[in-house]
Amino acid sequence: MANMDLQVEISGLKLKNPVIAASGTFGFGREYAEYIDLNKIGGISVKGLTLEPRKGNPPPRIAETPSGILNSVGLQNPGVDAFIKDEMPFLRQYDTAIIANVAGNTISDYCRIAEKLNDADVDAIEVNVSCPNVKEGCLAFGSSAKGVAEVTSSVRKVCKKPLIVKLTPNVSNISEIAKAAEEQGADAVSLINTILGLAIDIHTKRPVLKNNFGGLSGPAVKPVALRMVYEVSHSVNIPVIGMGGITTGEDAIEFFLAGARAVMVGTANFANPKACIEVLDGIALYMKNCNLTRLDDIVGKLELN
Amino acid sequence: MSGVFKDKIVDMKMLREDIFRMTILSEYISSNAMPGQFVHVKCGDDSEMLLRRPISIAFADRERKTFDIIFQVKGKGTGHLAGKKAGDSIDIMGPLGKPFDISESNKNIAVVGGGIGIFPLLFLLNEMSKSQRTVSYLGFRSKDLIVLADDFSRLCSRLEIATEDGSEGYKGFVTSILENHLPSENFDMIYTCGPAPMLKKVSKIAENFGVLCQVSLEQRMGCGIGTCLVCSCKTKVKDKDDWKYSRVCKDGPVFWSSDIIFD
Repeated sequence: MANMDLQVEISGLKLKNPVIAASGTFGFGREYAEYIDLNKIGGISVKGLTLEPRKGNPPPRIAETPSGILNSVGLQNPGVDAFIKDEMPFLRQYDTAIIANVAGNTISDYCRIAEKLNDADVDAIEVNVSCPNVKEGCLAFGSSAKGVAEVTSSVRKVCKKPLIVKLTPNVSNISEIAKAAEEQGADAVSLINTILGLAIDIHTKRPVLKNNFGGLSGPAVKPVALRMVYEVSHSVNIPVIGMGGITTGEDAIEFFLAGARAVMVGTANFANPKACIEVLDGIALYMKNCNLTRLDDIVGKLELN
Repeated sequence: MSGVFKDKIVDMKMLREDIFRMTILSEYISSNAMPGQFVHVKCGDDSEMLLRRPISIAFADRERKTFDIIFQVKGKGTGHLAGKKAGDSIDIMGPLGKPFDISESNKNIAVVGGGIGIFPLLFLLNEMSKSQRTVSYLGFRSKDLIVLADDFSRLCSRLEIATEDGSEGYKGFVTSILENHLPSENFDMIYTCGPAPMLKKVSKIAENFGVLCQVSLEQRMGCGIGTCLVCSCKTKVKDKDDWKYSRVCKDGPVFWSSDIIFD
């Protein structure tokens, strides 16, 4: 449809379409560039970056569960400096938004990474206060409104890029946490990160994951994610980026209806390297079939019974 | 380069009650596959099973444009796969991973396999040149678990079999025959695949005798192409007293034994 407009703007972050590859499932784009045209997707949220390189957790790091997976990677990454030097030149060959997902052990870590990224050609920063697989930082901040407020206000003071705060579902009231991020200057929130879970091998009587617990993702979490996106988008005025089990265009439409302005596709990439493109095509097909031309025609249009 | 394909199964054989050999028609994979590489297989349409299963390529017939995978039924995914039959289609990514380094300059080669780890070694032997002398050492728990002995026998210069209970061939671990033979054999390369304790032992033996050794590792995988970082193994960092987690799917599955740190 020639007049269909899939562009979105998330508080200064311009996306050619609302489909972003989710952090931790897309590396730095290199491997997927063999399977899809990265120019076609709205953005890439890169693998979570820390101040220093991180080795990650011991294997096994993955367990398959019904309609989902548990992972305990533990933020293995080359560190923010190596990212800027070795990965940014590759990513910048493509016309797609680059979102730097950042994680810290301390508030000062988050700020120092954000400062380094001010001078890098990234389009936005996604503050990860929600990784369940590391001992320090991250979820320790993300599980309380006070912690999220502290991280957000500190990073806001130094960060010159659009600032997205990625929220954890492992809390009793996610709206309070989203509000804390908004009050301290976040430009957007993204949700949900993985749900803390456990898979057990009944033969060894031990957890499947070496790290014992891990983060659940995939279609199994979609209903939880949709409920939270709905709640958060009705509690804050900043844009919401929705994710959690999105595998098809129809899934993405559900997230738009619940209030998301953009979506991230994660676990689906593992089984289908073309998942982001197929989700995008599915969104366009739905809009065409419904005679819609703009995403605004569906964002937040869910009507409760 | 690899791709995602919907290919056709042309043959399905049961090798043992729980082990199946599937022949798949695929011009791309059969002509590009190298020994040591794997394919990432979608086992069914069941949305409960999200992940593909990595299965090593056991054979490729470039003239007939087919390749074979041999797998053991271990769980739900491989159970589904075992239910497929000739004529069915199959969703496959590949060929993936780093293959064995095969140099024709190596003239005297040992191939050491244990249990279901022997399958990629079949493809390796088939790709060896006629000028290379190959001795296969295969280990199984007992006689009734032996598979593919005839195939291996056809493709190598000599086949040695060990069973843990002594019901066939040498009684004991396959690594013991290797160790006994090494002083008199003049191997310039060892290729090995099998259970982790066996790989660790073979690597140690290779190191002791100063023979180069390539190891094919197995680990639970996610994406299979190197992004999700779940299938890690410990490897040495070059020129530093440090280690890192490498990706079995992308940096491997074949590694030099001297690069791996076995826990």
